[in-house]
Amino acid sequence: MNLFLETFIGGLLAGTMYSLVAIGFVLIYKASGVFNFAQGSILLFSGLTFVTLLEKGVPFAGALAITIVILVVGAVVIERTVLRPLANRSPMTLFMATLGLSYVVEGTAQGLMGAQVHALDLGIEDVPVFIGDVMISQFDLVAALTAVLLAAVLALLFNRTRIGVSLRAVADDTRAALSIGINLNRIWQIVWAVAGITGLVAGMLWGARQGIQFSLSLVVLKALPVLIIGGFTSIGGAIVGGLIVGAAETLAETYIGRFVGGGITPWFPYFLAIAFLYIRPAGLFGERALERV
Amino acid sequence: MRHLRTTSRVAARLVLLLGLVVGLGASARAEATKPGSDSDKQFFPIASYRVGAYASSGVQIWAGLIDYFRYINDVEGGINGVKLVWQECETEWTADKGIECYERFKHGLNGAPVGLYLPNGAPAAFALTDRSYTDKIPQITLAYGRTEATDGRVFPYIFPVVLTFYSEASVLVNYIAQREGGLDKLKGKKIATVYHDSAYGRETLEPLKLLSEKYGFENIQIPVADPGNEQSAQWRQVREAKPDWVFLRTWGVSTPVAIKTAARFGVPVDHIIGDVWASSEEDVIPAGDAAKGYLALTPYPGGTNFDIHARLRKTIIDTGKSDLRDTKSFGSVYYNSGLVDAIIQVETIRAAQAKFGKRPVTGEEAQWALEHLVLDDAKLKANGAYGLVQNLKLSPADHEGGGAARVQQWDGTKWNLVSDWVQADRALLRPLIDAKSAAYAKEKGITPRDLAAGQ
Repeated sequence: MNLFLETFIGGLLAGTMYSLVAIGFVLIYKASGVFNFAQGSILLFSGLTFVTLLEKGVPFAGALAITIVILVVGAVVIERTVLRPLANRSPMTLFMATLGLSYVVEGTAQGLMGAQVHALDLGIEDVPVFIGDVMISQFDLVAALTAVLLAAVLALLFNRTRIGVSLRAVADDTRAALSIGINLNRIWQIVWAVAGITGLVAGMLWGARQGIQFSLSLVVLKALPVLIIGGFTSIGGAIVGGLIVGAAETLAETYIGRFVGGGITPWFPYFLAIAFLYIRPAGLFGERALERV
Repeated sequence: MRHLRTTSRVAARLVLLLGLVVGLGASARAEATKPGSDSDKQFFPIASYRVGAYASSGVQIWAGLIDYFRYINDVEGGINGVKLVWQECETEWTADKGIECYERFKHGLNGAPVGLYLPNGAPAAFALTDRSYTDKIPQITLAYGRTEATDGRVFPYIFPVVLTFYSEASVLVNYIAQREGGLDKLKGKKIATVYHDSAYGRETLEPLKLLSEKYGFENIQIPVADPGNEQSAQWRQVREAKPDWVFLRTWGVSTPVAIKTAARFGVPVDHIIGDVWASSEEDVIPAGDAAKGYLALTPYPGGTNFDIHARLRKTIIDTGKSDLRDTKSFGSVYYNSGLVDAIIQVETIRAAQAKFGKRPVTGEEAQWALEHLVLDDAKLKANGAYGLVQNLKLSPADHEGGGAARVQQWDGTKWNLVSDWVQADRALLRPLIDAKSAAYAKEKGITPRDLAAGQ
């Protein structure tokens, strides 16, 4: 029973790390209906910028502030050079644009800051914490709290501020939002900046666990099943999806893995996602598309 | 007028078609290196990866390689007076680009012939196996690639020199035996292998099974699927198994994650032994303090305490000629791996020249040289690689030639060597290799060379 509990709780906590990555996708999808393929590259870019500044001797808070400024400027540049010229094109066109953007961002990051692996110490020790006989990772606990805090801040931003209301209006009906004078370009800039900052938080936590290196951009592969299960349009869904994926893959590896040769964590969440697509195509919290036929 | 346009269109197409036919014919004939401005030089193609997921290791490997080539040219005046030329081609560690680079390079460079080719990546190495024989250009796959290519009867042009994964498994067991006080002390011990669930990771399953049956230790195998950035489930299994030693055969991000997760689950890091692809600075630096005491097997140890490093520092590093952007990486494990690659290539060309004359050599001549390559202590002391490169003695039947590794330990800032060369029990493993190569020969319809008949 202890093994089950430890596996289950450990999986839930690890899942919140996936949620952090998934939230970045949700923000942009909500605002523009586009699956942002470049989110992984942004995660790498932001993590690499932050750690490079730290290594240059910039204090933690300063490095964080400068990285956020760079991400905001980057969001404006992306909106002006990539999104605005492609406005009113099909979502597939925009998706392809983000695909190209991901290579540009990765190349820029490695070109400017080098390809070396960097260690990132956030001061959070990755030591075990025992609740009875059940072992929990202190690092995972902090990551889970961060994810919950981030979700709460974003919920406040979207529900209690003017920007949030504008964003929801754009997400609900872009044409109607435009007709009442909402500046779509500004909304896109804000959303990409917020998604970048979310990427920075995820990049810092993942970077502290595995080092800041190119493979950070591949962490997004874990976010896809989270989005399918939780829904592409819900931040709460990203959190719940992450919890489900984290717990399911860890339990599956422990209890099913040994019968099928092990190493099932990468594909099991996708198996689960396909099952969800059959039962609930919009995900647990996603908006169901209703069309008049 | 319309008729005239149609006629000129047809004529243009005919010219284009003719051009294509002539072009294709020319390329089909251009198998041998055409004379050119560099005909008196030896070409060393570099299939590199400086961008993408593996760039962090690549930039150091190519620096080690290029720095040594520069040293040979600038300080030693070439190999017996034959200057070296080299050119890079970006593969991003992929098979398709690896093939493209090979096809571009195989005819040489401005008349300088290719003697040896390093695919520098398992996908390209596997994809180019057949072409090595067709084009008569030997391929060196140092510490990766096909273990069965040790059998030169079936693979005349593939050379997994220095250390195959089978030998690596045997070195591990022999090192643990040294630590435990003898091979007889292995009986009843538990050795858990946490491995990357890929062709590379699974390569040691068979030799470890054989070794566990011979020496009586419990052989526990736990796979980690790529990319391995979450390993709680695996290390929970390790904790439950309570092994005496852990063999870590991960790579990339899965190594620092493994070390950190192991520490969290209370597995002593000084009883974890990383393999050749889990033995670089990039594998331990991200793990921070958790990696202090971590052990790793390597055929190209890190550090600058070798004679060749003193020579390079004086002539290449301090003179600003290094390919390294940041010279802090001078002497890193990956830099030294590039150095070892370069030393073996240069010594092979030197051996070929001793047989065929002091001139640029062809692939067939380099193949002969590799099959008769001997690097003993005297030669290694002369070229400054003593301690960095192990003794090698290749033959037509044995394309590995070494089968040893040293063990190094991470102290939080640098690697320290904690063993001399630990030799694999290659005779014990050879029947497994012969069975694999025979199966490959059967599948491909290859008739193995009859070495007794001098083939």
